[in-house]
Amino acid sequence: MTTKVITWLDERLGLTTIFDTVLDRKVPKVNWWFTLGSASLFLFVLQGLTGLFLTIYYVPSPDKAYDSIQYIMTGVSYGWLIRGIHHWGASLMVIFVFVHMLRTFFMGAYKFPREITWVTGVVLLLATLGMGFTGYLLPWNQRAFWATTVGTEIAATAPIIGDFILRILRGGNDLSAVTLARFFSVHIWFLPVIMVALVSVHMYLVVKLGISSMPKEEEGTYPGEMD
Amino acid sequence: MADTHEVKRRDFINVIIAALGTVMGLFIGIPAIGYLLSPATKIRREEAWIPLGPLEAYPLGIPTSFSYTRTNVNGWEKTVNSFGAYVWRYGAGDSELTVYSNMCTHLSCRVTWREDIDAYFCPCHDGRFSKEGEIVAGPPPEPLYEFETKMEEGILYIKHVDV
Repeated sequence: MTTKVITWLDERLGLTTIFDTVLDRKVPKVNWWFTLGSASLFLFVLQGLTGLFLTIYYVPSPDKAYDSIQYIMTGVSYGWLIRGIHHWGASLMVIFVFVHMLRTFFMGAYKFPREITWVTGVVLLLATLGMGFTGYLLPWNQRAFWATTVGTEIAATAPIIGDFILRILRGGNDLSAVTLARFFSVHIWFLPVIMVALVSVHMYLVVKLGISSMPKEEEGTYPGEMD
Repeated sequence: MADTHEVKRRDFINVIIAALGTVMGLFIGIPAIGYLLSPATKIRREEAWIPLGPLEAYPLGIPTSFSYTRTNVNGWEKTVNSFGAYVWRYGAGDSELTVYSNMCTHLSCRVTWREDIDAYFCPCHDGRFSKEGEIVAGPPPEPLYEFETKMEEGILYIKHVDV
């Protein structure tokens, strides 16, 4: 019965082809460092799901943001768990994405023909940091408020346009309700949309080009051995 | 395959991945459902006696309205709900009265007493109730809710029950 259903769907959707191309593709002999991309993707999905659930109760307004999070933590069943996963997942994701970048860099995996995979990856790393920066303000507690005060002041130290950047980030001169609203919007709409688009390109390229193999030592490639 | 008991490495890994995936899915999935349903599982049914003042405030024979508010905490804010009651004194005695809720039994719009049509009228779907709270016309499925009442030291009280 199950086989019949799968066959019926497969004839129409080409599931086997997708599965074979995406998951059963040939890969060179690699090690655990090559799992960091998958780990990053997993964390991205986990952050997306837990974030989706947090918006059920969270209110991005200065007079209610803190209270609504208190409600999530103490009034809602498993609210502490959902928020806890989102909180720790955020830190983990920054670490994993960053180490993923380091691995790609040190193994020279960014070279031809994978330059676009690298560039989208670097933008994804920056977007991940942007998610961290915007998400940090949302609890609207003392730490969030002052971290964002400092963060936006750092942006203001840029020559000539610094003050303008600060006003763009804050939505005015002060860190206000406008700041909270735009950080929330960027956190749940702008950056996730950009990231989904870039992850799609990134993964299409990984499947299309295949992953690079480990760099090998070859005789006569060391400067000392050249002569 | 049929005549060997060996489990292939690939099949073994597939089973392990499926099992781990299921455990992780349940670990997140079950709390997630609880999280979404949480406010719906908290049932509140409070009762309170609401003072309506001395009987003299209510004229004989004419349903007269009285309104009161109840405050509840929902999530991160206090919610103030308004309720209304109609006191109908059909006699001069202390117990010769009925107090109806002004909440329409159809879909909870508020009814008003209309002297010109001699009925409680609900503007939402043209529901009408008689002076005795009985259905006269329209979609209401039940008569108007009748409050439990008591007199204490000359003050009329009604018993409010959360629904």
